[in-house]
Amino acid sequence: MYDGGKIIAGVIIGLIFLTFPIWFTHGKTVKRPEVKLPEKEKQCVESGAYMKTKHMQLLDLWRDSVVRVAQRSYIAPNGTKYDMSLQNTCTSANCHAKKTEFCDRCHDYTGVVPYCWDCHIPPKEEPTEKPEEKH
Amino acid sequence: MSVNRRKFLKIAGVSTLGMAAKPAANAFAVANPIEWLDEKLGGFTPSEILLHMGHKPAGLKAREALTAKRWVMVVNVRLLDEEIAEACRETCHKIHNVPHIENPKHEIKWIWDEHYEHAFPNQQHEHIDDALKEAPFLVMCNHCFNPACVRVCPTKATFKRKHDGIVLMDMHRCIGCRFCMAACPFGARSFNWKDPRQFIKEEDQNPEFPTRMKGVVEKCNFCAERLAKGQIPACVEVSQELCKKKGREPALVFGDLEDPDSEVRQVLRRHYSARRKPELGTNPNVYYIM
Repeated sequence: MYDGGKIIAGVIIGLIFLTFPIWFTHGKTVKRPEVKLPEKEKQCVESGAYMKTKHMQLLDLWRDSVVRVAQRSYIAPNGTKYDMSLQNTCTSANCHAKKTEFCDRCHDYTGVVPYCWDCHIPPKEEPTEKPEEKH
Repeated sequence: MSVNRRKFLKIAGVSTLGMAAKPAANAFAVANPIEWLDEKLGGFTPSEILLHMGHKPAGLKAREALTAKRWVMVVNVRLLDEEIAEACRETCHKIHNVPHIENPKHEIKWIWDEHYEHAFPNQQHEHIDDALKEAPFLVMCNHCFNPACVRVCPTKATFKRKHDGIVLMDMHRCIGCRFCMAACPFGARSFNWKDPRQFIKEEDQNPEFPTRMKGVVEKCNFCAERLAKGQIPACVEVSQELCKKKGREPALVFGDLEDPDSEVRQVLRRHYSARRKPELGTNPNVYYIM
């Protein structure tokens, strides 16, 4: 093999680079994100488990329902009527009033970048004690 | 040709089946299949139902919502003045988070005022009424009965609401191809060449209404979000307040064209009115009294 040493050295260096993410974080655990649940309002439109896995489908249904067929009220399983609105219901003052402490925590952790906030206006937040915008 | 036993039985069987098929079909028949399907699907199209397969069905019409078969607006230009036009424009643009951009190539407008010769170009001649020459013709999306923009939209982002005829935009679906802008004969649509949020001062934002993003088309929505709450469109509301203050009849009237007793129908009965570019056949729903 011509230039065997160089090739093998190159392959080894390449392997080190490729596997860098594996061995660099090996044995370390990244803390699971903790979302801050609203203090005042204890009841979401659906159960916590449903919201955890299905909130995107729910929001998708809400937006089609509101925009396309003009049906704007949602009847929760317990009979409460909600205005189907991301800005006016989900992130209202009593509910998830801080996007950075709720939405962003999990979305940043999982690397999900939903485009809701390109148009929808996130609730105004007082700057929190520790800076959240690391990303 | 003789009929043998085999052939006779065949014909008899088919005839029996045929006779049975008619009442069976009648049992399943519906008066209006399109309405029936609409009711079954809750207003969604079949493809939208597929999209939401397995999700919980949502939605109820808000009880307080204003409803009509066909919403129309009547603009009485003789009762309008600069002040009212300005108030309409400002209010509309403020509550809908419409950015104020100086560059005319990038500007976004939902409602604005035009001169007669631009609002009614094919009716223009040099000897028209002096009052009309300078009058502010408030123009906006005409919410056409037969909208060209809806016809060309490749994603159905713009659509005509079946139950009241309002032509709406679904910003989630708009891909910014601008076919609708080319199709609209009234120039009622604006394209967001830049992120609009940087042109809206934070203290001026209406936190209850979304802004738009770069790359989508927008236009007047006949205040669909206000109708859902039982309020009339914002421009109609402010203009009526101002007209009341000035002791005039309302300059803008909004209502149901299909209801013979509605205010719009009464106003249209009393005055001569015109619509913009009727020869194009889009059948606009904004009427002008001059």
